[in-house]
Amino acid sequence: MEFIDNMTAMDLMRSEKMSYIQLIIPIESAYRAVSYLGELGLLQFQDLNADNSPFQRTFVNQVKRCGEMSRKLRFFKDQISKAGIVSLEHPVMQPDIELEELEIQLTEHEHELIEMNFNGEQLWQTYSELLEFKMVLDKAGSFLLLEKNHHVVVEERELEESLNSNREHIETASLLEKEMGPSISDQSGVNYISGIICKSKVVIFERMLFRATRGNMLFNQAPVDEEIVDPVTSEKEVKIVFMVHFSGEQAKIKILRICEAFHANCYPVPEDVTKQQQLTREVFSRLSDLEATLDAGIRQRNKVLSSIDYNLTKWANMVRREKGIYDTLNMLNFDVTKKCLVGEGWCPIFARPKIQEALQRATYDSNSQVGIIFHVMDAAESPPTYFRTNHFTNAFQEIVDAYGVARYQEANPAVYTVITFPFLFAVMFGDWGHGICLLIGALVLIAQESKLSKKKLGSFMEMLFGGRYVLLLMAVFSIYGGLIYNEFFSIPFHIFGESAYKCRDGNCSDAHSIGLVKYRDPYPFGIDPSWRGSRTELPFLNSLKMKMSILLGVVQMNLGIILSYLNARFYGSSLDIRYQFIPQMIFLNSLFGYLSLLIIIKWCTGSQADLYHVMIYMFLSPTGDLGEDELFWGQGPLQVTLLLLALVAVPWMLFPKPFILRKLHTERFEGRTYGKLGTSEMDIEEQPDSAWTRRQHHEDFNFSEVFVHQMIHSIEFVLGAVSNTASYLRLWALSLAHSELSTVFYEKVLLLAWSYDSLIVKLVGFAVFAFATAFILLMMETLSAFLHALRLHWVEFQNKFYHGDGYKFRPFSFASLEEED
Amino acid sequence: MYGFEALTFNIHGGYLEAIVRGHRASLLTASDYNNLCQCETLDDIKMHLSATEYGPYLQNEPSPLHTTTIVEKCTLKLVDEYKSMLCQATEPLSTFLEYITYGHMIDNVVLIVTGTLHERDVQELLEKCHPLGMFDSIATLAVAQNMRELYRLVLVDTPLALYFSECISSEDLDDMNIEIMRNTLYKAYLEDFYRFCQKLGGATAEIMSDLLSFEADRRVVNITINSIGTELTRDDRRKLYSNFGLLYPYGHEELAICEDIDQVRAAMEKYPPYQSIFSKLSYGESQMLDKAFYDEEVKRLCLTFEQQFHYAVFFAYMRLREQEIRNLMWISECVAQNQKSRVHDSVVFIF
Repeated sequence: MEFIDNMTAMDLMRSEKMSYIQLIIPIESAYRAVSYLGELGLLQFQDLNADNSPFQRTFVNQVKRCGEMSRKLRFFKDQISKAGIVSLEHPVMQPDIELEELEIQLTEHEHELIEMNFNGEQLWQTYSELLEFKMVLDKAGSFLLLEKNHHVVVEERELEESLNSNREHIETASLLEKEMGPSISDQSGVNYISGIICKSKVVIFERMLFRATRGNMLFNQAPVDEEIVDPVTSEKEVKIVFMVHFSGEQAKIKILRICEAFHANCYPVPEDVTKQQQLTREVFSRLSDLEATLDAGIRQRNKVLSSIDYNLTKWANMVRREKGIYDTLNMLNFDVTKKCLVGEGWCPIFARPKIQEALQRATYDSNSQVGIIFHVMDAAESPPTYFRTNHFTNAFQEIVDAYGVARYQEANPAVYTVITFPFLFAVMFGDWGHGICLLIGALVLIAQESKLSKKKLGSFMEMLFGGRYVLLLMAVFSIYGGLIYNEFFSIPFHIFGESAYKCRDGNCSDAHSIGLVKYRDPYPFGIDPSWRGSRTELPFLNSLKMKMSILLGVVQMNLGIILSYLNARFYGSSLDIRYQFIPQMIFLNSLFGYLSLLIIIKWCTGSQADLYHVMIYMFLSPTGDLGEDELFWGQGPLQVTLLLLALVAVPWMLFPKPFILRKLHTERFEGRTYGKLGTSEMDIEEQPDSAWTRRQHHEDFNFSEVFVHQMIHSIEFVLGAVSNTASYLRLWALSLAHSELSTVFYEKVLLLAWSYDSLIVKLVGFAVFAFATAFILLMMETLSAFLHALRLHWVEFQNKFYHGDGYKFRPFSFASLEEED
Repeated sequence: MYGFEALTFNIHGGYLEAIVRGHRASLLTASDYNNLCQCETLDDIKMHLSATEYGPYLQNEPSPLHTTTIVEKCTLKLVDEYKSMLCQATEPLSTFLEYITYGHMIDNVVLIVTGTLHERDVQELLEKCHPLGMFDSIATLAVAQNMRELYRLVLVDTPLALYFSECISSEDLDDMNIEIMRNTLYKAYLEDFYRFCQKLGGATAEIMSDLLSFEADRRVVNITINSIGTELTRDDRRKLYSNFGLLYPYGHEELAICEDIDQVRAAMEKYPPYQSIFSKLSYGESQMLDKAFYDEEVKRLCLTFEQQFHYAVFFAYMRLREQEIRNLMWISECVAQNQKSRVHDSVVFIF
């Protein structure tokens, strides 16, 4: 007992001791104090204004301003990424600027950019209209040409007028605003309209035209080869040039309206070829002019954008920090005099001097007359859980936290998980060939650590990278496990000397029928390679792995119960030790501890006893004769004793605890038959020290609830002892599956392919083997072994002691703000 | 297969039902509305909404906000949700979801036709249309000169074509005829939707028939009240009533001959479910009737979530969201126009 108490406290075993502190900050130094605390990142503020909605808080205007600024920054970012500017790393630090200044700068930049965009857009619109016109001229001209060749001879017409009007069109900013498509009437009264329309709409457009003109029209279409930008929506679309021939004024109005409704842009095309060519030339020259202008515009805009980009990350960080500070300030309460802000929160005890130092610095830097008052308070709520982890332990802590965050100061299973998790994984994944592959992967990840930690990874890579040290340990342990199982991609090796067995005669003819003879000492480490391929390979390995699984399981479950003892000691609850820990220990060990003992004895003595038989008849006829199955002297009486102990342990853990609790409760409240007085008078005297801690809850003792809870707990433990032990047999099952799978791939794919002479078959065989190894064995099997190890830890190990109903310590820190983004 | 939905419903509908129930959890609650009602400016509303699921839709709006922007963005969210549900849906749920939008389609058609009649710009009208009721050739509606053309040109392609056959008789487009067309379309739509739900059977039929009956009855009352004092004859009025619902057929007979609001009231109070609605109103008043009906509708819509394995939750969710957007619009308008005393007049709390 003394020894346990004198042990030095392990960092990871218990979460950091926390204290609830109150800060009274003069208004003038509040901002600086909070920003220094954010820098430090070791204080979790409690929201004292939880009843107020966000816009009723004190610093709502500042928060709004920050929101507005981050909107502008998002706008810049969007523009920059649209313009395709690659942002570079800017190590040069510029002098810090004030927030107000930044706000003005951002507004200026935004105005500038919006104006540029507006101008650019107008140019773009004209440009894409011209481009469309060009396409229409191109395609529609060919329609007309075809018609000329095949159908009527069209007379030459006076086009000067329309050409002039076209010139005007081009000169003005937008063609669309002018009247569309002058239709040139034929002698036969047939007009046409040409234009361009989005490809997805063309079918329904044609149908609509057909209906509107009652079929009296001719519709020609030709696809445009490249995607072009629509002048109105400024999106890239696949377009189709069309030309509609129709007759009559009425139809023309209808068609034009339909065109408008479908966003089909109409452009006039002269019928005459020479005019067409003339027009085309003009359009070309206009286009090249515009291109030059646009290029200049884009260059200028890119310059502005890249100058913004230069500072963007810094600004974004700054705005995020500001917003964080004001959000935190909004959590603080005004005191009675309205001159100070009152903040409350949790901090680890070790951080108290640091916090005080930061607060002093804040007072000094802001030239405040009054210092910041810092004092420790009592809190009703249980403190948050905070483990100081490093790169290595973090992933293991995450595995435990995924099940549930530890209760404050509860024994942390992560301490043991660091080793037991990869170990149990390796029991299922024991193959040193596969282990080496995993090891290489893990080492690559670790070597790239500094590079990868900065990058944004995909969700899968992120997970892999986060668990790189878990992967490393898993790899190392599976190499170890593989050496014990003597498997290298399922091939046994004679690493540790010669096999202990040899053939009966020289030619080894009966090796697989009768067996081998042992001629020297056992193989020094791991499984003898001669077992491989023998008739008894599977029975031997199964028996070994099954027993090993049970031993490992019993050891780990015992560790879990011992941890529950440590917890009870830590919380000073002798009740839990006496009426929970001791009967649990007795129950588990008198049944499955005894089984483990039998296994070990059987291994040591080489006895032929049937352990199933022993265990089953221990219950069915405890006093019966053991016969051949007797492993040691006094086994019969011992079994009876253990059975009785196990039977006694069940009511022991079920009944006393709730009754004692009830007794304690009635003793505590003995004589207190009156209810509590109304606290109205007390409230006045009470210091208005904490707005938050006042919420105290009165606990009622409900015996039936406690009893039912205890009953559930006991039944769960008793049944769990059996089912959990059985559950550890998954170690054997998965290990078996793994080794059988890799054997199949090795023998049925690689060796089969190797038996052919053809090089191609060999290569194909090797490729299939490599793929199967990589995807099925290294990925799927790793995943399944990982999940099973996870389950063994979460369920079989942690349910013995772990409550996991705490909550995480989330300090206000700038570093975590940046990570969130 | 009444009562056996639980066996097979989840094969196709389980995922989406879970989705829609998740969406429902994000509807604004009474405490949200209380906070919203206390807002001083539209920026406050934006700030409050940024903590809800509307946040991502509003966060990139520059600061001087307008009511229309808020409503537009909130509607956009609903439309996004609707579209993603529609993409995931299989028959018959997809048809059911499409049915939900036909009401908006009718409203949009009427909006465009009326607008064209008064020579408004088509683009401007299109912006006012509800995005759920859009179809490809909606802008072409402006081309049509009369009902026949309207049908032949545009609506024949839309799901509304079926409903249009009844109003094809009247030729000219004027305000009165358009209004009659709207109601005839709506009548046909509701009846069709009702039939469709009956065909689906099970809990869907049961719950939807309740909701649609309520909808039909509400329209009956509205038509009656709006047609009092107009040149609409009793027979014409009777023709606009949907042929199902709690009021069908005897209530319809009575309502068809009503001459003032108190007669409507007398006719309606014979029906216990509507008695409570009318008992809240003072005599001769019809202003608050809309709100009373909305209250009752929201109550019924919320109740649909109490039962599982039916499609009515999708209908209810869409309707509740629309009500929420109406609430937001009202609150924003009140805030924008400094009429905060009237904020509670038209807001229907959903939870």
